[in-house]
Amino acid sequence: MESTDIIKPENLVYKRSRLMTEQPLSYCPGCGHGTVTNLIAEVIEELGIESEVIGIAPVGCAVTVYDFIAIDWIGAAHGRATAVATAVKRVLPDRYVFTYQGDGDLAAIGTAETIHACNRGENITIIFVNNGIYGMTGGQMAPTTLEGMKTSTCPYGRDVNMQGPPIDITRMIAVLSGTYYVTRQAVHTPAAVRKTKKALLKAFELQKTNKGVSFIEIVSNCNSGWKMSPVDANRWMEEKMFKIYPLGDIKVDGKMLV
Amino acid sequence: MGEIQLMKGNEAIAEAAIRAGCDAYFGYPITPQSEILEYLAAANPEKRTGMIVLQAESELAAINMVYGAAAAGKKVMTTSSSPGISLMQEGLSYMAGAQLPGVIVNVVRGGPGLGTIQPSQSDYFQSTKGGGHGDYRLLVLAPASVQEMSDHVKLAFDLAFKYRNPVLILTDGLIGQMMEKVELFDPVPRSKTLPDWAACGKKGRPHNIITSLHLDAYEHEKMNQKLKEKYALMQKNEVRYETYYCEDADYLIVAYGASARISQKTVTLARNRGIKLGLLRPITLFPFPSEAIARLAAQLNGILSVEMSHGQMVEDVLLATRQYPALRVEHFGRFGGVVHTPEEILEAFIKLFIQLN
Repeated sequence: MESTDIIKPENLVYKRSRLMTEQPLSYCPGCGHGTVTNLIAEVIEELGIESEVIGIAPVGCAVTVYDFIAIDWIGAAHGRATAVATAVKRVLPDRYVFTYQGDGDLAAIGTAETIHACNRGENITIIFVNNGIYGMTGGQMAPTTLEGMKTSTCPYGRDVNMQGPPIDITRMIAVLSGTYYVTRQAVHTPAAVRKTKKALLKAFELQKTNKGVSFIEIVSNCNSGWKMSPVDANRWMEEKMFKIYPLGDIKVDGKMLV
Repeated sequence: MGEIQLMKGNEAIAEAAIRAGCDAYFGYPITPQSEILEYLAAANPEKRTGMIVLQAESELAAINMVYGAAAAGKKVMTTSSSPGISLMQEGLSYMAGAQLPGVIVNVVRGGPGLGTIQPSQSDYFQSTKGGGHGDYRLLVLAPASVQEMSDHVKLAFDLAFKYRNPVLILTDGLIGQMMEKVELFDPVPRSKTLPDWAACGKKGRPHNIITSLHLDAYEHEKMNQKLKEKYALMQKNEVRYETYYCEDADYLIVAYGASARISQKTVTLARNRGIKLGLLRPITLFPFPSEAIARLAAQLNGILSVEMSHGQMVEDVLLATRQYPALRVEHFGRFGGVVHTPEEILEAFIKLFIQLN
């Protein structure tokens, strides 16, 4: 049997999304961002909404995400993605609008914009990649950095008496009536990737029903910032991060799950 | 003739925005300009024209909403007063960098800090020299009447889209709060099409990216060069000013906005005393009417720059007259929320220019 005998549509188990550009990803090898970016491209392609979607890029590791997925993008100032998304959706209510933000962007400098966009029930999708550290600027403490976790600006470990405990902004926004679907996922195993993809599909589809914010937190590793191998980083994430940020749906169909 | 109404300056701005075909307004309350948001909320423009009005959680959010709607290709406006405009500077820098059109109104109050709610003209440097970080300029209009508060909104939208640049209407609490007769222009329908550069969904074309980021310094220098050329084009094409009794003037007042209105009376008072005083009123502060001032300079014995500030615009008047180093250029102005009277200006003028001669 020749290899050409196998290369048939019915045997295809995986292909690169048509919407991914030729631009090499700028993320560190082993980081979850690449998987999340790819999933967004796949979901937009599968829903057939590439001509009607506008992505809002953050300041953070995904600052150049607009180079990777061939859809219309707006690069926002640090923390302001949900304010930008609010306006885009208000002036173009029939389009799909989403933000792609990290923990520093969404849960520190952009806290006010995050909370108020969620409170207004903007009909947008917020994709929140939480890796507990400022990746792009070189591994400084984030609002989501775990207690005792070492970063370049808390080199002896995060002291909660000095810096407060890690913030769980996802649970905070879930109690607001403006959020309709709030879930926390991961992308470190094939099963987790499939679940995240399902959540993303649901989130984008919900925009058709005008029910409010769909918010997807993706707990991710930052092997460079955490100074671990990708495998060790994923293990550490499962042991430490998931304890503080447990995976699963938090709010479905506008109802909090206990 | 258009519809005539008696309106506050702030109300004229709001009504003009609806009539100019503005698609969206985002704002946050601050004295002395809250009437703009209040008027828009009451006028229900969403029913009248489909214009969106949203009260943001802060000026920071408001200017980033403006950035978003502008990036989507829409006609968008925000208004605020000095402390709020300071908060918006980052967003304005991003808009200039991403080459986005938009109209921003600053109804100036006295600073620094929380300052006062009384009128001032102390935001001139911030408005005309950039304001936020990086090399950029806003096109700055300075209305001196309620009529111009209305007219300048329409003009500002046209200029913003012509140059893909934010346009600032720099006014103050005096013009914002005073009532005058205004002839409203006929409504312009909201645009049904979006510009080809907008991020609005890529139907039928390659995807658009709105950003001010260029990690490669040489690429970023090229982008800056484009901006520089654009600002030069504004300087060539968009200078606007008005002269009053300048033909035979021996002395000149340069003043904009409220100070220009007050200085008109000073000119009359001076002429009654046989002093040939004229007034040049810049309507655009960037680009500044430097050439017009330089042309007059040859016939003048002195120039008084009048501004409700410590003396900011006087630096541009000095630059404009640098070919005449012997020409005296002085500043006068009350500040911190105090409005000067025509008599005070005349008194200062006589002390500075007449008694010394």
